[in-house]
Amino acid sequence: MTPDGLRYTKDHEWAKQDGDLVVVGITDYAQGELGDVVFVELPAVGRTVAAGESFGTIEAVKTVSELYAPLAGEVVAVNGDIAGEPALVNGSPYDKGWMIKLRPASAADYDALLDAKAYSSLLASHGA
Amino acid sequence: MTTLTTPFLEHHKRAGAKLIEFAGFLMPVSYAGILAEHTAVRTAAGVFDVSHMGEFEVRGKDTWAFIDKLVTNRVGEAEVGQAVYTPMCLPDGGIVDDLLAYRFEDRAMLVVNAANIEGDWAWVNEVASRFDVTLENVSDRIAQLAVQGPRAAEIFSGLVPDAALDLGYYRFTGVQLWGTPMVFSRTGYTGEDGFELYFDVDSADRVWDELFKAGAKVGLAPIGLGARDSLRLEMGFCLYGNDIDRTTHPLEASLGWTVKMAKPDFMGKAAMLAAKAAGLTRRLVGLAVDSPRVARHGWDVVKDGSVVGTVTSGTSSPTLKKSIAMAYVPAAGTADGTEYVVRSGTTELPARVVPRPFYTEASHR
Repeated sequence: MTPDGLRYTKDHEWAKQDGDLVVVGITDYAQGELGDVVFVELPAVGRTVAAGESFGTIEAVKTVSELYAPLAGEVVAVNGDIAGEPALVNGSPYDKGWMIKLRPASAADYDALLDAKAYSSLLASHGA
Repeated sequence: MTTLTTPFLEHHKRAGAKLIEFAGFLMPVSYAGILAEHTAVRTAAGVFDVSHMGEFEVRGKDTWAFIDKLVTNRVGEAEVGQAVYTPMCLPDGGIVDDLLAYRFEDRAMLVVNAANIEGDWAWVNEVASRFDVTLENVSDRIAQLAVQGPRAAEIFSGLVPDAALDLGYYRFTGVQLWGTPMVFSRTGYTGEDGFELYFDVDSADRVWDELFKAGAKVGLAPIGLGARDSLRLEMGFCLYGNDIDRTTHPLEASLGWTVKMAKPDFMGKAAMLAAKAAGLTRRLVGLAVDSPRVARHGWDVVKDGSVVGTVTSGTSSPTLKKSIAMAYVPAAGTADGTEYVVRSGTTELPARVVPRPFYTEASHR
């Protein structure tokens, strides 16, 4: 399940344009590989992140993984709902399970990310 | 080393399993997801492929004297049809493996952990050299499925004699099921009621298919290693390689109930008596971690700023909805409620000692 109209990274984050902002989460493939999520640690609002920088951690029953920023920017919002209900990341990875909203340092960065077709090819190469 | 497989691999793939390598075997880690599988076992029933486990058969006139020398628990006085959980130790008390010893009329069957088959086989043969016994490693010929859950017995109702369904916990019998002779054992690693079935690998396809047909009425689900770990951990059961190994002895692992000091002799007895006389330095305890995060194997246990112990296992308990762990802590600090911090890098989580099992509502009898 790789929705069109979003952008993706090879680390299995997605990014979605929302006006001036970019919403970030992890893909359906990523949540499936992690398994049941029990904890998500998100950054403070106001923090700036570089492209590819870790902005938090996600912890599942069996494993812990870093979350990487798809592009550089300032964190302007975090999804407080997933602190109380981390299973939202599994159940609704592209919607209720979103993680942060970034104000991008450069609008052009978004277009440089993988599109759905390129990300689907990447998954196919993983055998997914 | 080539990866080994169990006779059920194709069935796992068909059931949508996520496969990983474990103890040299390609095994299912999950199918529907660890939480869903865990809940299936706590509320209905699930099937675990545990064919990667090893089986050794022991025959000969010294069989029971040999086993009572080899392991810490008492097997020689068990009844025919009884299975005994026991550690197997080195002379220094270090645990070579923990295993189930089955007492048959004419033989014993030792069921050992997959990761230890080679090491166990070497050690068992070394100890056996002083006894009149014949050993056979039949691990490759035996398939094993564990059917676990409060509704496990319903599945077999009408398929096996009533006597088999009336077996007490840790008792077993031979049955003929779906045209297949099998050992039908009321044992398991989940705390729930249930059975472990041992049979010839050639019958694997048939048994798997028939089992799921018979189990449909209770919603029988395939269960992977992920839920196997969370289920055993809720019960506070030890996992070899995580909580116990050759550097730990049964007394400090809180397995004293499996060590029969009244036996004339067994491997590790003198060392464990000495350790007891000197006073144990550490003990394995249960910890409740005050965080949604999981304290994992190898994390430090900290008291007043100093490292005083090690976390051996941890998970997010699906049934209790709490972070739980097992850890070695100083023997003087094992009272319920004793507070520690568990730490990895800059992550520090408060924890306190709690009684095991963590989950007390399991259905086993």
